[in-house]
Amino acid sequence: MTTSRERALGADTVRIEGPAKVTGTALYAAEHTPDGCLYAWVVPATVARGRIVSIDTAAALAEPGAVAVLTHENAPRIEEPDDPILGALRDDRVPHRGWIVAVAVAETPEAARATADAVRVTYATEDHDVVLTTDHPGLYAPETANGGYPGSRERGDFDAAYAAAPLTVDVTYSMDPMHNHPMEPHAAVARWHDGRLTVHDSSQGSAVVRETLAALFAMDPAHVTVISEHVGGGFGSKGTPRPQPVLAALAARYVGRPVKLALHRSQLPALVGHRPSTIQRVRLGAGPDGVIRALAHEVITYTSTIKEFVEQAATPARTMYTSPHSRTTHRVVALDVPSPSWMRAPGEASGMYALESAMDELALVAGVDPVQLRVRNEPSHEPDSGRAYSSRHLVECLREGARRFGWRDRDPRPGVRARGRFLLGSGVAAASYPVVITPSTAEARAAADGGFLVRVNATDIGTGARTVLAQIAADALHAPLDRVRIEIGDSDLPRAPLAGGSWGTGSWGWSVDKACRALRSRIEAAGGTVPAEGLSASADTTDDVQAGTEFARHAYGAHFVEVQVDRDTGEIRVRRMLGVFAAGRILNPRTARSQFIGGMTMGLGMALMEGATIDPVAGDFPERDLASYHVPAHADVRSVEAYWIEEEDPHLNPMGSKGIGEIGIVGTAAAIGNAVRHATGVRLREVPMRPDRLLPHLG
Amino acid sequence: MPHTSEVMLHVNGTPHRLTLDNRTTVLDALREHLRLTGPKKGCDHGQCGACTVLLDGRRANSCLSLAVAHSGARITTVEGLPRGTDGLHPLQQAFLDRDGFQCGYCTPGQICSALGVIAEAAGGHPSHVTAADGPPPGEPVPLTADEIRERMSGNICRCAAYPHIVEAIEDVAGAAVTS
Ligand code: FES
Ligand code: FES
Repeated sequence: MTTSRERALGADTVRIEGPAKVTGTALYAAEHTPDGCLYAWVVPATVARGRIVSIDTAAALAEPGAVAVLTHENAPRIEEPDDPILGALRDDRVPHRGWIVAVAVAETPEAARATADAVRVTYATEDHDVVLTTDHPGLYAPETANGGYPGSRERGDFDAAYAAAPLTVDVTYSMDPMHNHPMEPHAAVARWHDGRLTVHDSSQGSAVVRETLAALFAMDPAHVTVISEHVGGGFGSKGTPRPQPVLAALAARYVGRPVKLALHRSQLPALVGHRPSTIQRVRLGAGPDGVIRALAHEVITYTSTIKEFVEQAATPARTMYTSPHSRTTHRVVALDVPSPSWMRAPGEASGMYALESAMDELALVAGVDPVQLRVRNEPSHEPDSGRAYSSRHLVECLREGARRFGWRDRDPRPGVRARGRFLLGSGVAAASYPVVITPSTAEARAAADGGFLVRVNATDIGTGARTVLAQIAADALHAPLDRVRIEIGDSDLPRAPLAGGSWGTGSWGWSVDKACRALRSRIEAAGGTVPAEGLSASADTTDDVQAGTEFARHAYGAHFVEVQVDRDTGEIRVRRMLGVFAAGRILNPRTARSQFIGGMTMGLGMALMEGATIDPVAGDFPERDLASYHVPAHADVRSVEAYWIEEEDPHLNPMGSKGIGEIGIVGTAAAIGNAVRHATGVRLREVPMRPDRLLPHLG
Repeated sequence: MPHTSEVMLHVNGTPHRLTLDNRTTVLDALREHLRLTGPKKGCDHGQCGACTVLLDGRRANSCLSLAVAHSGARITTVEGLPRGTDGLHPLQQAFLDRDGFQCGYCTPGQICSALGVIAEAAGGHPSHVTAADGPPPGEPVPLTADEIRERMSGNICRCAAYPHIVEAIEDVAGAAVTS
């Protein structure tokens, strides 16, 4: 207990679970196989809208190894779920193609799949409507967008200010739907025993899964345990409870044996959410110096018929730049499509693609360097709320990035850097992501041998949460890191929020810090020694978090990229990506760098290759595998560098940290599009910027 | 009964006689029958590389290989890599040192694939990016970062640890060349 404070935090610490992951011994949900476990396979609807008329399971049940087929006719009743996506097998309704209409259960994975394939479903189909258009009669203005943000905001008189502005930009950007596609497909293994339910689930937050299962099965939550010890990525798609734990539990109850239900990659697009397409009109009215006088960001998007999800793409425009007159709106239409949901930086990734592209267009109109344009539009207070920023170092990120990238020597003329078949260009864009903190609880125990145990139901989906929480604990306890053991990923641990919204470390960490400080006080009160029976302390940050803040709190960043465009094929390749971030105190530089790089690379995917289509006839996504939905592969990713500036912000949490899991993807696609414009002179206003979209413009 | 066959698999040096459904892939034989959790199922479709193992010494997508067609095969999974005194294979250590992963789900496949890449380059196999005036046929191909990226492109990492994976492989491939 003599080590000095602040040794572990900020240190480059190897992941605690790293050895288990590189040796294959870290167990993910589907890798738990209780004795007697059966296998389940879901049967997706093949129509886009309608009702089930009949389900013929005779041939299915005749398959060797078949045990059962659950349908809405025989499945055990569950309560009505709060989230309608969990309502499969409750009735005969088919709200979208891919909706689960039956679950086959069999002795082996092969038999389960064959059983599912043999289920014959007859539907009464109804006309479906799955096409988003800007003049769709069903478009409406929602009260709120995702995250609870107001659907629409007006400040000043946008129309008059825009009409009077010497310089204007009026541009519309669109994005195709995107899929999260974490490498581990969603899976759950459910087991009933002595009136209790235990589920291994691939989830970003087992606490909510536990509460959801308890409500659906009308049980005391104390009798339900959900474990998500190792999770193979999620990127939002495992943030809300998904059908697999519910259906695995349902099937296990029906057959009286444990059941493993692993969704197949091809089933994910329709079942685990996606980023919906957006059509975004941005209007910027500026003075001759490029300083914004009027800003409108108007977003059109879709949701499903069973659930309102509104990608909050207009919200970044409420906080990014000076804008005395502003209009930010969302309009949404409910279509017969799979329900969209959270995908890494929902709202920011999409909205900043449009806003940061439009800023580049304004820079060209104003004849101002795009870095300089952003500096000129730096607001003194958050425009929408009037609140002061707790810290805002966007300008420092831009300047540091420009210096590292070598921006100063850039020739602004487009289309003049030819290297053989290739045209080269560079681009810049800003990034921002809000700081959100959610109440959390934690417990810390001290043993007489000098060891500590910290318990908190955090989830490590690859962020390094387990490691950074142990670092936080070590510092709060004034103990060496190797004396701290940490338990996470189990709903029997003290309740904590899900890993999402970049709030994990700040929220969990605050409760860990508080519990560990309380424990240290107890140890000191006991004379500095831990009695044989040990000591413990718990913490709950609900009051601390609910005390709120008078500040606008966001992380910032700046992306610089260099692209090459093949004039013959239209193929765009990113030669170099460099990001500089201001995200409070960086608690573990090793895992932080990996997060930034991972986000930036997903942004590269968004810019160049990640796009799905909703087939107007079939009603959902034809791209149901990784050969038709492309994500970045090794050869796509050359030089990616992430840096940060030291940022002190006392208005966040005891660690002084901001979330870093999502900001890397924000703005990347705009920086790449801006670089393509610089390389070719062509401004593409839709992503992904596939060769077939660019080539016709290359002349 | 489903059609089954007796299959002999030598996994990480241990022989296993299994009665398997003819539809069972090597991946499912390893995961569901032998409870080896190193090989991962990312797509079950040959498109992600998470299931990569060494099959008779060559890297293969075990989800695309039917076990019945590989009776007698020698299979090495990430669990069976030769370990140093510290308990890890040099590639496993390099992945740890370079933070060559986040969620870890693609990692065993990346590591097995990297072993294959190092052997293939040493064995003189050219890749799409090997220069036409590079080493003569059969001579070792130097594993530059571009060579590694090209040869590893069948192993997707959605967490995008790519730059760190390449560094980890360079560390080991470079050490192999100098030793
Ligand atoms: S699981 Fe075999 S390649 Fe994806
Ligand atoms: S580490 Fe998560 S997919 Fe590679």
